[in-house]
Amino acid sequence: MHDDVANESRFQERIDSGEKIEPRDWMPERFRHQLIRMISQHAHSEIVGMLPEGNWITRAPSLRRKMALLAKVQDEAGHGLYLYSAAETLGVSREDLIDQLLDGSAKYSSIFNYPTLTWADVGVIGWLVDGAAIVNQTMLAKSSYGPYARANLRICKEENFHKKQGFEIVATLAAGTTEQRSMVQDAVDRWWWPSLMMFGPHDNDSPNTAELMRWGVKRRSNDDLRQHFVNITIPQAKAVGITIPDPELRYNEESGDWEFGAIDWDEFYRVIKGNGPCNAERMKARRSAHDDGRWVREAAAAYASRDTVAAEE
Amino acid sequence: MTDLALTNFLIRTGDDCLIVGHRLSEWCGHAPILEEDVALANIALDCIGTANALYTRACDLGGGRRTPDELAFLRSVTEFRNALIVELPRGDFARTIVRQYLFAEYELLLFEALSSCPDPEVAGIAGRTINERKYHVRHCREWVARLGLGTEESRSRAQAAVDELWPYTAELFQKDKLLEELVASGVLPGLDGTSAEWTDVVSRSLSDASLVVPADVFQHVGGREGRHTEHLGHLLDEMQIVARSHPDGKW
Ligand SMILES: [Fe+2]
Ligand SMILES: [Fe+2]
Repeated sequence: MHDDVANESRFQERIDSGEKIEPRDWMPERFRHQLIRMISQHAHSEIVGMLPEGNWITRAPSLRRKMALLAKVQDEAGHGLYLYSAAETLGVSREDLIDQLLDGSAKYSSIFNYPTLTWADVGVIGWLVDGAAIVNQTMLAKSSYGPYARANLRICKEENFHKKQGFEIVATLAAGTTEQRSMVQDAVDRWWWPSLMMFGPHDNDSPNTAELMRWGVKRRSNDDLRQHFVNITIPQAKAVGITIPDPELRYNEESGDWEFGAIDWDEFYRVIKGNGPCNAERMKARRSAHDDGRWVREAAAAYASRDTVAAEE
Repeated sequence: MTDLALTNFLIRTGDDCLIVGHRLSEWCGHAPILEEDVALANIALDCIGTANALYTRACDLGGGRRTPDELAFLRSVTEFRNALIVELPRGDFARTIVRQYLFAEYELLLFEALSSCPDPEVAGIAGRTINERKYHVRHCREWVARLGLGTEESRSRAQAAVDELWPYTAELFQKDKLLEELVASGVLPGLDGTSAEWTDVVSRSLSDASLVVPADVFQHVGGREGRHTEHLGHLLDEMQIVARSHPDGKW
């Protein structure tokens, strides 16, 4: 008991002095627990996040876009791999984490429970959703837990490409035919608010934030990150003539912030609880990929054990 | 005349790559393990990249009257010249892997031959493609072994895939006027012997994986003349829908 108190204050000192916590270091159980929750949610988000855009790979309108989108969705699978590995350093297995995703006990980012209705969604997702993810992940790249920080650093490099490609699609459509212009505006109208919700509830409604910030897992609060995202995004929208669907959007000269209207938190909680437009469908897709793939994984395992048996003989 | 023949050959070889890449890309997000989401997307990217390179050269030879995107997105089903094997549905993982294995071994031989093509652009594309295809062969052959030697279920699924796909393999080596003309004029190296070499290599890998190579089955052809299975039309409907819905659109 005494040791725990001493360990804990030593732990906090290390964090406060900016040291990274590594897998073999002592850490409070609750720190481990919170990190597993966060990292696995992040990993699941990458995996479920492959679905809404993945369904446009086969319909991408040019060879260049088809390749870029395929490469992007492939990157997201890679991000999932980095993150599951980071979570495994905390003593959990990828299989167990995936089981939690599939039985509904683990969460993933709600943004992926919205449908992609037109090709413009692919551009807008790259611009807004990957853009918001970058803001979040840039902060997480400075996280106090070493493996998680390093995973985010790698992820951010690739996310920047995704955002660039997405914005390029948006800019192309915004300068395109009448139909293309209305298609891209419609996509922004649908994705804008859900993108702001990606940063999570307001700081006073976010039970985990204070603790995660004290531990240096997070470095900035939800509201702070959201404001930063809005501030960098509005000038980009203006540059290509896209209207942000928020009549209350105002520039505050004094703070230098773009102030925005109220977020519909009822919608936010509705989607988190599983009642978003695509929750059921996304889970069904993941479960059937998992179930359909079972015989393949069994074959790989049987083959691998056959190799070991042969080597032992 | 020879330019036209080479153009047509590049287009049909590009069609093979595009269509098989498209089929592979259908797995993205649905693979049995995350590593295969990455690997299949990787192979798909290589294939679509090769299609793009071959179409680009074909369009240059054709005097720039068409663009690679027009070839991919604005031709109809009877204008495509891919072999039938690449357009068949992706099926289960065994079907996808076996098809890709059989096809990658063919491509490897083809691009090795094309790397000495007198057209330096084509030789360059082929040279760059060889290493990619060696990886495709290795990756798919490893899976063929895992499936063939893994469990009873995986073996029977892999065998079913071999049995279903084998009747579409001879078309890859089918001799026709176009090939004869290109070989006669020295634009393409002779491909004699590649068919036997392919059969040899592939039969060995399959039997190493305890899979049985079907003997003397009927072989389907027609893709090189635009006589396709019904599957290609559905594939193109999906692939071309956005491009065709916005004829004046830039992307
Ligand atoms: Fe990502
Ligand atoms: Fe991304």
